[in-house]
Amino acid sequence: MSDPLPLILIIEDELPIRRFLHAALTAANYRWIEAGTAQEGLTQAVLRQPDLVILDLGLPDLDGLEVIRQLRAWSTLPIIVLSARQQEGDKVLALDAGADDYLTKPFGVAELLARLRVALRHASRASAGSDSHIFDVGELHVDLALRQVFVASEEVHLTPIEFKLLATLAHNAGKVMTHRQLLRDVWGPGYGDESHYLRVFVAQLRRKIEADPARPRYLITEPGVGYRLRAEDAGAWRSDAA
Amino acid sequence: MTHDTPSPAQADRLPSPGAGKLSENAGKLTIFLGYAPGVGATYAMLEHARQRRSEGVDVVVAALDTHGSADTEALLAGLEATARLQAGYRGAALGDIDVEAVLARRPQLAVVDELAYANRPGGRHARRYQDVDELLSAGVDVYATLTIAQVDSLSDVAAQITGVAAANTVPDRLLDEAHEVQVVDVQPADLLRRQRAGQVTIPGQSERAVGQFYRLGNLLALRELMLRRTADRLDDQMRAYMATQAISGPWPARERLLVCVGPNPLGEPLVRAARRLAGDLKADWFAVHIETPAQGRLSAQERAQVARTLTLAEELGAKAVVIPGASVVDSVVAYAQAHNISKIVIGKPLAARWRNLPRGSVADQLIRRAAFDVHVVAGGAGQAQPIRARPRLDDAAWQRYLLSVAIVGGATLLSVLLQPTLHIANLLMIYLFAEIIAAVGLGRGPAILASALGAVAFDYFIVPPRFTLTVDDTEYVLTFLGLFVVGVLISSLTARFRLQAETAERRANETAILNELSRDLAAAGSLDAILRAVIDNTSQVFGRAVVLLLPAVESSNRLAVWGQSPGFELSQREQEVAQWAFDHTQPAGRGTVTLAAAEARYLPLKTARGAVGVLGVKPADPTIYLTPDQRRLLEAFASLAALALERAQLAEEAERARIQVESERLRNSLLSSVSHDLRTPLAGITGAASSLLAEGPPLDAATQRELAQSIYDEANRLNALVRNLLDMTRLESGGIQVHKAWQPLEDVVGAALTHLEPLLAGRPVEVHLDPDLPLVPLDEVSIEQVLVNLLENAVKYTPPGSPIDLAAWADASAVTVEVADRGPGLAPGDEARVFEKFYRASSSASGVGLGLAICRGIVEAHGGRIWAENRPDGGAAFRFQLPIEGQPPLPPDGEAANNQLAMAAFGGAGRLVSPPSSPTFVALAGVAEHV
Repeated sequence: MSDPLPLILIIEDELPIRRFLHAALTAANYRWIEAGTAQEGLTQAVLRQPDLVILDLGLPDLDGLEVIRQLRAWSTLPIIVLSARQQEGDKVLALDAGADDYLTKPFGVAELLARLRVALRHASRASAGSDSHIFDVGELHVDLALRQVFVASEEVHLTPIEFKLLATLAHNAGKVMTHRQLLRDVWGPGYGDESHYLRVFVAQLRRKIEADPARPRYLITEPGVGYRLRAEDAGAWRSDAA
Repeated sequence: MTHDTPSPAQADRLPSPGAGKLSENAGKLTIFLGYAPGVGATYAMLEHARQRRSEGVDVVVAALDTHGSADTEALLAGLEATARLQAGYRGAALGDIDVEAVLARRPQLAVVDELAYANRPGGRHARRYQDVDELLSAGVDVYATLTIAQVDSLSDVAAQITGVAAANTVPDRLLDEAHEVQVVDVQPADLLRRQRAGQVTIPGQSERAVGQFYRLGNLLALRELMLRRTADRLDDQMRAYMATQAISGPWPARERLLVCVGPNPLGEPLVRAARRLAGDLKADWFAVHIETPAQGRLSAQERAQVARTLTLAEELGAKAVVIPGASVVDSVVAYAQAHNISKIVIGKPLAARWRNLPRGSVADQLIRRAAFDVHVVAGGAGQAQPIRARPRLDDAAWQRYLLSVAIVGGATLLSVLLQPTLHIANLLMIYLFAEIIAAVGLGRGPAILASALGAVAFDYFIVPPRFTLTVDDTEYVLTFLGLFVVGVLISSLTARFRLQAETAERRANETAILNELSRDLAAAGSLDAILRAVIDNTSQVFGRAVVLLLPAVESSNRLAVWGQSPGFELSQREQEVAQWAFDHTQPAGRGTVTLAAAEARYLPLKTARGAVGVLGVKPADPTIYLTPDQRRLLEAFASLAALALERAQLAEEAERARIQVESERLRNSLLSSVSHDLRTPLAGITGAASSLLAEGPPLDAATQRELAQSIYDEANRLNALVRNLLDMTRLESGGIQVHKAWQPLEDVVGAALTHLEPLLAGRPVEVHLDPDLPLVPLDEVSIEQVLVNLLENAVKYTPPGSPIDLAAWADASAVTVEVADRGPGLAPGDEARVFEKFYRASSSASGVGLGLAICRGIVEAHGGRIWAENRPDGGAAFRFQLPIEGQPPLPPDGEAANNQLAMAAFGGAGRLVSPPSSPTFVALAGVAEHV
């Protein structure tokens, strides 16, 4: 990257978490600034124009969702939210409100950095307008232009819906997509709540692209949230989950 | 002045326990007693009240009418008066006491004029003295006025003296139990002067009646009556004092007196006489009514009379009982012997002498039988008319009489036909036979008719000379007599046996009914079942609407409806009546002395610990009252119900106590295991971190890494522990909400396996999901948790590297998921215990023992079940089953956007095995797979 080191804005009220984030970000060659409250964070976001925001959902002065909405009112910069475990519903709301990804506390450095990389890459690709039409992960090869899908060099035949689903996931590879986002992107704006359609098609898709659909390597379920297509460089994401 | 004519409500009064049992902190009653209206009792009472007020006592006038007397009004000025219900102003009729208002105001002393006053029908109580009772038991002192002729036991004596009967009387106990009786005395001559000067007003009485009353002789006699009665009272008090001071004994056994009450109006003077006698003897006394089978024929009026007499006896302090029995004499003697009765009081026989001929009157028989003194009391002078006991003959009876004539006619016809061939003695047998048929089949009256007719017909048609009533041979007179007597005897015997049989049947019936209720109650395990048993049985047996009130959940003093039969609408007012019955542990409402205007009768369900509830019964037809039999049965029902409810309450309390002990135990085991399980990883973290921080020679890179790794691992362990504790807490507090959505099980299984990838590394995990698994309604987050916990459990309790099998299969109504291992299996008895909180199969295992308990909580929240068993070929299998109810929603037809989905799904599938309306997507998915 020719750009200066990416600037990360941390909006988090807990000092121990901030300390850990500083250490991790510095070690990974990121620049960072921090804010202990939502208001301060929003001000910093305007003043310093960061490349990415790490936002804790449980801030004392303002609801995290409200912060996302205010940021999204003027900016498309990537937002990664941090949430406690008991807030599945909040996570989905945050993602639907425009957050790019989430991390559940406690989380490890490797997971954090992987999410950061995915989010930054999506952002830079979107801003550059250049969109590769080839997607590769493991033995899965997707050619979006030719509408061809190969697993271990075998071509796989997908129905139009299945292909659209896979293509949507591939566009956002590495990022979690909520059920609602997928339904809307694949089926259209009238669909938001019929998640069992989606699940059925995901199951079909898995049978075609996964060696063992019950132990998927590419199409990962995020329970209660949605699906994520594994990106090549995120292979170690789950190595530290207990 | 008129006799106190009972209203229908009063006629149905239930003998109720005396209302006069005052508790420790009850108020004190002071009675200002005069011998006639006009002696100045009200005046004296008000003077005393003013005196008390000047001493700082909080005085309220609850009921008083000045009758326009300026002196009285002057005294009343400055005393606070509570509003009386619909009180007329000045000179109008006295209003009832507003008991609620007085109780709400809570004065120290309430002033009440005219203690004997009868409240308007439909009021809280029938009588003012009952209002006063309630004030007293609420701790309010009461001043009240009374004239001596209004005292129950003296009222008829006074009436005999003056010729004027008191309209309303009060029970003697008021006088006996009063804290103080102030005699308000003036010389009769002065009173007469006062009366003639017009200073005495008795509203509602004619000049003539008043003039007849205020005569010197009357007043002297009444005054003596009053002074003697109060002297008795003083005498009692002195004797009581001496008794409490004296130590010597033994005291002579007390006299016990029994008065027999029959269904006639003489009962009331009889009971008063018995009360006087008992008072003189300081005896306990009993009023007994024997219900013989013949009483089945008593008219409603007679029943009412018995009930009224017994109520009076109770008010006068007797214990009133109704005993069923075959014969009055036998039952009285048996009861008297059982209760050590020394004296029996009965009324003068009313029946004509000839009716008592065979054995003498009841009095005669008692005198002959008993080791008791028998007092026979003469009735009042001619005022008592026995109530006509015999009901008018109904149609059925006429038919029976006609039939008896027909039978005799038939016998005569037969005899006349056979007369040429048979001897006269055998012809007599035909008549005898006919009479026996009439006696056995038709009842007493027709049988006697048949006997008489038979004798006459035999004489007229058979005995020579025939067709005349004369006889040749006087011996035949004996034959006629025999014929007649046999008929009468057989019919009376038959009648008696029938009545006995009926009584026996009735009692057997009652016993059977009670048995049935107690059996139902014994079988009732829950409070609900008990309520249902009581309500169903009561409404069936009594044919009445039933309501059952128990203390409300939120407040143990207020009643709430817990169950009712259809047709019972409990109004606010009725609810208050029930509340009264509950608060005072006495029956109230319809047919009782309290709040008799209510629609239903309310019985408190009494136990040794007080009332547990109230049973209300309401007849469909408001003119029908319970018979004494039914009332007794209803009371038996109420006590059975009370016992059952008390049992249920005790069981509930025991259960609560057990749960409390259990939760105490759980809390302790939680504390011990949590403190251990939290501290162990914390100790590791603290130790490792402090080593890293320690000053001194720097650690080598490998050691540093090892310490950091251990901090990381221990932190993860803590995280899992906290997660379990939080989950358990949320489950227990009902905070976990299961959001079911239709989805493939595969999805959840995949998520769990992905989640546990690091933990399962090095373990062969076989996954067998039935290819035909349908969509299952489940909450994916919590079911993933269940799978994770089961897999973690398998890893924890089996040797490293041993295989784990995960399988799922479905039938029409449920999907079953199994996590099985090849470890040591479960110890016997552990199959159920492993799902208990804080249970750990081996003490060496880490964790608090919550994982499987959480699984059970989640699965049960889904309406499913979870269990464990050993596999036949070694290892343990944990299975859970989730119900599949209903069908996944289908894409709605007709919407444009939908068509896109349907097009994609169906069109993409190309060949459809099932039509587009097929209920499952699985078929779809299966088809699409083969494209």
